[in-house]
Amino acid sequence: MRAPASDLPIVLAAVGVRAGTQDILRDVSLVFQPGAPTAILGPNGAGKSTLIRVAAGLLQPSLGSVTWGGLSAKSLQRRAIVFQRPVMLRRSVAGNLAFALAAAGCPRAHCAAAVERLLARVSLGALHDRPARRLSGGEQQRLALARALAREPEILFLDEPTNNLDPAATKAVEAIIRDADASGIKVVMATHDLGQARRLCGDVVFLANGAVVETAGAADFFSRPRTEKAAAFLRGDIVE
Amino acid sequence: MSGFHTAMELVLQGDASLYAIVRLSLLVSLSAVVIAALVGFPFGAWLALTRFPGRDAVIIVLNACMGLPPVVIGLAVFLLLSRSGPLGSWGLLFTPQAMVIAEAILVAPIVAALARQTIEDLWLEYRAELEAMGATPLRRVGALLWDARLSLLTVLLAGFGRAAAEVGAVMIVGGNIDGFTRTMTTAIALETSKGDLPLAMGLGAVLIAIVVAINGVVWGMRSYGERKAG
Repeated sequence: MRAPASDLPIVLAAVGVRAGTQDILRDVSLVFQPGAPTAILGPNGAGKSTLIRVAAGLLQPSLGSVTWGGLSAKSLQRRAIVFQRPVMLRRSVAGNLAFALAAAGCPRAHCAAAVERLLARVSLGALHDRPARRLSGGEQQRLALARALAREPEILFLDEPTNNLDPAATKAVEAIIRDADASGIKVVMATHDLGQARRLCGDVVFLANGAVVETAGAADFFSRPRTEKAAAFLRGDIVE
Repeated sequence: MSGFHTAMELVLQGDASLYAIVRLSLLVSLSAVVIAALVGFPFGAWLALTRFPGRDAVIIVLNACMGLPPVVIGLAVFLLLSRSGPLGSWGLLFTPQAMVIAEAILVAPIVAALARQTIEDLWLEYRAELEAMGATPLRRVGALLWDARLSLLTVLLAGFGRAAAEVGAVMIVGGNIDGFTRTMTTAIALETSKGDLPLAMGLGAVLIAIVVAINGVVWGMRSYGERKAG
């Protein structure tokens, strides 16, 4: 099984996701291009996590279509995702990484060296043998990022990567995201931390109530939102 | 109290017939647990991870089988293995093997039902991550079994508890033959009815001590594993 040359651009065409009688996503058409990180902004319940799961290929939309680099291939090979609450396997820190590497098809002979390299990349080398479930929230998030990077992704999806983290842990996670971006990985991240989107992202998808309200470059979005809803969201009003 | 005194003497002096009984009991119940695990773990894992019509009914029946009455299983195995029964030609009735078969039948549903629950709970927790990691179905099952291993150890203990405490089924299919198929539980039943309370009490004490010791060892393994893997 050969990976396609590139999974980018990701094109969502008129995507809808329905759960029972409720529309989680409605008529979402978007293109994710190579380049600076994309922030998916919006209030809670806007459909940010669902959008990420659809774009990552983990969730089949009820309507519309998704293509990666022009193909509708479902293989996850070039994509990785870190969930809002990553689940640590009941193994050591290194064990978690070794499993992710093996699942990604890393040859056994290269595995040990790759584990050390990834741990260094997220500054967890000292916690090598620690049970992963005993790590702090920030450390778990960094390990989850390392597991995702183990897949050597072309696109990295992050769902609220610094939710509930203290400033120091947030800073560490953002450094890893910057590093991933600098190494050429396309980052797509859901966040409701506007400051974080400002700090990290090049463009913004603003979602409300399951629909895309506005897409714009980050600088434009934050200084001159084109829609009333986005302006209200940036002011801190409750947007439904 | 003299009965208790005699019991302790038998244990401490290393009474040969007593130790033969202990050995056989352990051999039979541990063999039954091993066989039950070989059948029950894969079946439980399969049932945890597959969806098909009638699955709920299978789970209900399996869970109900945890409470199979031992004497009824003993009777069924007796009928199967008796000379005129379908497996009579095997000549296994009134042998330790027959006791292993009966106990394995009693223990397998416990192992399978509890393993199914354990693995399914872990699967619900791991599912999204394992899918996102692109793990193949085989690798997923491997991860679930390995990461649930400490809980599955407790499942084995539950099975061993039943096997070690079993008396009705092994009495029927083993026949409680002195020096051949007499286990601790059947000997206790026999000695009590004969009025030889010291031997019965000695055996009882040994049986409880063994069960406690095995639980202690497993607890130690669990604690060690938890420290290593969380």
